[in-house]
Amino acid sequence: MYKILSREDLVPGIHLFKVEAPAVAKKARAGQFIVLMIDEKGERIPLTIADWDRGEGSITIVFMEVGATTRRLAQLKAGDSIANFVGPLGVPTHIGKYGTVLCVGGGVGVAPIYPIARAMKEAGNTVLTIMGSRSKSLLFWEDHLRSIDKNVIVTTDDGSYARKGLVTEPMKELLQSGKKIDRVVAIGPVMMMKFCAKTTEPFKVPTIVSLNPIMVDGTGMCGCCRVEVGGETKFTCVDGPDFDGHKVDWDLLLARQRIYCGEEKLATEQCKCGR
Amino acid sequence: MAKIDLNRVSMPKQEPLVRAKNFNEVALGYNAEMALAEASRCIQCKKRPCVEGCPVGVDIPDFIASVRDGNMPEAVRVLKGKNSLPGICGRVCPQETQCEEVCSLGKKGAPIAIGRLERYVADWELSQGKMKKPELPPHTGKRVAVIGSGPAGLTAAADLAKMGYEVTLFEALHVAGGVLMYGIPEFRLPKKVVQSEVDYVRSLGVDIRLDSVVGKTITMDEVLSDSYDAIFMGTGAGLPMFLNIPGENLNGVYSANEFLTRTNLMKAYLFPEYDTPIKKGRRVMVVGGGNVAMDSARCALRLGAEEVYIVYRRSEKEMPARREEVENAMEEGIVFKFLTNPKRFVGNDKGWVTAAECYEMELGEPDESGRRRPIVKQGSEFTMDVDTVVVALGTTPNPLVPTTTPDLKVTKKGTVVADEEEGKTTKPCVWAGGDVVTGSATVISAMGAGKKSAAAIDRFLKQ
Repeated sequence: MYKILSREDLVPGIHLFKVEAPAVAKKARAGQFIVLMIDEKGERIPLTIADWDRGEGSITIVFMEVGATTRRLAQLKAGDSIANFVGPLGVPTHIGKYGTVLCVGGGVGVAPIYPIARAMKEAGNTVLTIMGSRSKSLLFWEDHLRSIDKNVIVTTDDGSYARKGLVTEPMKELLQSGKKIDRVVAIGPVMMMKFCAKTTEPFKVPTIVSLNPIMVDGTGMCGCCRVEVGGETKFTCVDGPDFDGHKVDWDLLLARQRIYCGEEKLATEQCKCGR
Repeated sequence: MAKIDLNRVSMPKQEPLVRAKNFNEVALGYNAEMALAEASRCIQCKKRPCVEGCPVGVDIPDFIASVRDGNMPEAVRVLKGKNSLPGICGRVCPQETQCEEVCSLGKKGAPIAIGRLERYVADWELSQGKMKKPELPPHTGKRVAVIGSGPAGLTAAADLAKMGYEVTLFEALHVAGGVLMYGIPEFRLPKKVVQSEVDYVRSLGVDIRLDSVVGKTITMDEVLSDSYDAIFMGTGAGLPMFLNIPGENLNGVYSANEFLTRTNLMKAYLFPEYDTPIKKGRRVMVVGGGNVAMDSARCALRLGAEEVYIVYRRSEKEMPARREEVENAMEEGIVFKFLTNPKRFVGNDKGWVTAAECYEMELGEPDESGRRRPIVKQGSEFTMDVDTVVVALGTTPNPLVPTTTPDLKVTKKGTVVADEEEGKTTKPCVWAGGDVVTGSATVISAMGAGKKSAAAIDRFLKQ
């Protein structure tokens, strides 16, 4: 069992848990993920690592309530335990000295972009950041990104805070301004990552995205998380989760994310009634 | 003395049309009367070829004699002396090509049903409630790590614990058992049986660490430097092979590993009581001719499919699946399409598979496997409407451990290089066995390898 050390409700529907998992914390690196299972009847879901504390032996996860499992997860409190918590899985984000790196986080994707931005900065890069969400009430960790880039650009779809619009707009302006950007890392909803990649493509700036397809084991055994990158089939859990955004078959990813829509609806209805 | 009955006592089974709609065990097991009758057929021959035929060397005539004499505790003691997982082996070993194949009675009639008697003994012990733990020798003071809790790892761990070693078993998944849990379905191997045998291994003092992915959570070198004196690696063949044809990533196309893992390990057949879903297809195509293909097809049927096809590129004769499983599948109404191979899968505008375009095949000259090579009949394409496809072509070893262990040599196929006698790898203090060395094979051959390596590790650590 893995104890929830603390819990923070970042915004409505998005929560932060610090989970006691010393073996995972010892190895965790930016860009990796964990797979958890709430109890013995639960499903295994992957969540990107948002932070870690090796001294305390904890892993920070940030998740959004989207289906039955994340809703049930959101009902847990500090002091409760999660049955299974395994990781760190996947290949860490490649951290090198590129020059200027633009880190873009959308929605709950702001959480995993933070340790990557931090590691990029520690590696000696100039780090620029953009973060966006649908509305002011859903924004979190602006302060975290500001600690890395004091000029963090914030967008909201509805204009309720900071700049109105999508993250791709300031991205495009930055690229057009002639400022040399050597690498982009974008994490967020699939549509956002797809359009971030489309935005950088004409400028030929290498763009890394972190994919989050449906998984089961997370160790390369089932092939559920397969994606096509540059015409080749890859397993996100062991070959990724980071891939070249310009080569990802986004339509396939979107279709595969919808495999269990019907079942998810049924499970979510049941979840509301309690088990 | 009464004349020996040359026919074996038949195994009671659920009726095909009934069992095709539930996940309960197909074969129901002998009762005491049946077991006694079957055990009495054993002529207790001097040559004991069956013992030779058993990869783990169970003293078969001795446990059968105990069953015949009604001394069940003694039957358990003899059986478990060599085999820590008898309830599993009694169900899934291919006895017909091992102990039973060489049975002296086989020359005149049906060989003794050794597997059925083994299962009877194991189930008898389970029904008694408490498993008896054997006397353990004093601790040797040495520690051995075992990676992977499938049949090879469980056997090696149990044997090493019985020799007095402190054993830690690392398992990546949330339960121990490996392929016995995620692969082989409930109706062939109830998970309760697997877990009771895992509990037996635990009762020998083996520390089972779940959620521990060697190669990720901890590397093999870190395990070695954490004061372990030797390692046995039994990580199996967990990487699914695909056909590499167009349309294989459409929704509704599964690897057998995923289909079986969702169904068996995650209990998707009990969704939504259990949270993991599975697509319940109406017309399901399973590609392949091994036991995994039979298991996948029979699971699909039990999940509620109206029609299930097994598509195999060779003919019935070349199918690698156990005969018994093929017969079970046929009885349940699964349709076999031999000499057929998919060319591509076709999908709709939502990305779901709707059909498989297939080739007819014919057989040419034998290939390196000794089986006749399947050849495409040009212009023979035809289409089958399907809404679910399960690709069951076989598996290769998972590279997570080798890629993080530079001095562990692997072959081009990804299998770990290990000597045949004892499983010694190229890395000091590391042995390996089971599917990770041989590629996908059987539960009992993996157990045999685990046993040999455990003995070799014991010799090494005693030096």
